[in-house]
Amino acid sequence: MQVTQWSEALSGWLMGLGLPGWAAITLVYAVGSFILINYGMLSVLLLIWITRKAISRIQDRIGPNRVGKYGLLQTAADAAKLLSKEDITPYEADKIAYNLSPVLSVFGVLMLLAVIPFAPGLTGVDLNVAALYIVALGSIGIMAALMAGWGSNNKYALLAGFRVVAQLLSYEIPLVLAVLTVVLLTGSMRFGQIVEMQSLHLGGFNLGLGWLGVVMPGALIVFFVSSLAEAELTPFDLLEAESELIAGFHIEYSGMKFAMFFLAQFLNAWILAAVAVTLFLGGWQGPGVGLPVIGPLLGLVYFMIKVYGVYVLQQWIRGTFPRIRIDQMMYFAWKVLVPLMIGLIVAQAIIQKLPTPVAVQYVLIFIANVGVMAVVAYVLQKYFREEQMRTKRSFEPTSLIGSMQVSEKGTMY
Amino acid sequence: MQLPLGIEVPIPTFEQFVFIQVALLTAVAGLAVVISRNLFHSALALTLTFFGVAGVYVFLEAEFLAVSQVLVYVGAIAMLIAFAIMLTRSMMYGRTSPLNNQWGKSSLFAFLFFIGLLAFARATPWPAAGEEVVADEALIGALGREFVTTYVIAFEVLGLLLLLALVGAVMLARDR
Repeated sequence: MQVTQWSEALSGWLMGLGLPGWAAITLVYAVGSFILINYGMLSVLLLIWITRKAISRIQDRIGPNRVGKYGLLQTAADAAKLLSKEDITPYEADKIAYNLSPVLSVFGVLMLLAVIPFAPGLTGVDLNVAALYIVALGSIGIMAALMAGWGSNNKYALLAGFRVVAQLLSYEIPLVLAVLTVVLLTGSMRFGQIVEMQSLHLGGFNLGLGWLGVVMPGALIVFFVSSLAEAELTPFDLLEAESELIAGFHIEYSGMKFAMFFLAQFLNAWILAAVAVTLFLGGWQGPGVGLPVIGPLLGLVYFMIKVYGVYVLQQWIRGTFPRIRIDQMMYFAWKVLVPLMIGLIVAQAIIQKLPTPVAVQYVLIFIANVGVMAVVAYVLQKYFREEQMRTKRSFEPTSLIGSMQVSEKGTMY
Repeated sequence: MQLPLGIEVPIPTFEQFVFIQVALLTAVAGLAVVISRNLFHSALALTLTFFGVAGVYVFLEAEFLAVSQVLVYVGAIAMLIAFAIMLTRSMMYGRTSPLNNQWGKSSLFAFLFFIGLLAFARATPWPAAGEEVVADEALIGALGREFVTTYVIAFEVLGLLLLLALVGAVMLARDR
């Protein structure tokens, strides 16, 4: 299916009106990025509303329902409140780092929107290294958190900044490896092409159900778990721990600067959901996207349904999972997810070189995925059983305090 | 553009105009790395420099290199800052001067080195200059193929080096 990019179509139309080429392209991209950025900023109002409603339902509450219909404008009211708050700068704060950090964190997230394929031909830029671009821009968020921690002139904020660096850099590795499996299979880092690959033609009709997540469930799960960690969501929200640590690295921020960190976090969760959908759940693919006129519109609808579905799943986990400790967090990234992904990649690389038809390779990759996950689950289960025995033994009473100290040694270092 | 007194001023094209901005940003940030009085600001400026270099790569239509640059260096710098804060005194307490009494000589040698580089760059016949560059996945694929054919030894040695670093880190951090 040959799709024209929106930018080409629009700039071609403008050039037809008699504009010079460079002016048409600049104008089209300026308008496009304006719309995209504003969509990103405004959609956060909806995202926060979804979060509140979802978590309220899980906790058997109704959630916001006073401002606007179904409480939809509650977030707008909150934003107005935050705008009117006093803007505090801590004593002897590093002015540059302190003021730049919220801007950078929003910037890093908004830049990601540029490569998300919303519908056939509706991508900001169909970059040929989009998969890598997504991961690379994550490091801006890390820098922003560290700048906030250092610039606040607060040792607790600084320690929280270190924790952010540790967590995000650790989970970047399984995330990259999970993306790598997709790149290995599709042979492209271009999101447009990755989505194109996930079509499923049946007698000339595009069913759009050839999702890669079906072929490699292991990589999908690892990607989803690491994206939870990258977005600082429960069970990996120990960086923020709003009720206990009072928000970690942005503890010293107030008013609109605080709101910008908040905005970046919610939008980041949404964008990581969008990337998961693009890579593993078929992007805008769905039954009937190959149709001439209605196809792209259907694609946009499918994409939004899928992304908001994954977002609700994230919030579901947020409402039900307990938070993990920092040592468990590091342990899980380095000793479970990374070996799992390396196993998957080695298996997949070997399978893809086998002289078999593509369909057989897909089946083999699926089997390899399930097999590797089963091995990891088995090892983990065995480990936890031993761990439980050891902990029980260490609890045999000498004194209560002593036993608690002994048991600490037996935890998952 | 013709100024009075017959001075010819070339009008930059749109692309050159953007390039000048990126290059200036890179150069100014690089200078800030060296002369900043605060180690933290130096590190931040270094990040900005790397972004500028990534921008130059984009102008050379080497998107893969640009993105890798950001991916590898910016994350690494965050780590570097974390260690610098934890391990150096001057970062935690007060500001230090970035200059000692040898700054005159070193700036002279830096200038001479710059002149040498400039002469070298002007003397080299650039084979791809002025040609249209084909930049797509095929280029990345070719890069990968070079790594496992022509440059396989360098690639393997690099891998070994990283493995050694990893093993060393595990040895240092091990619970004894």
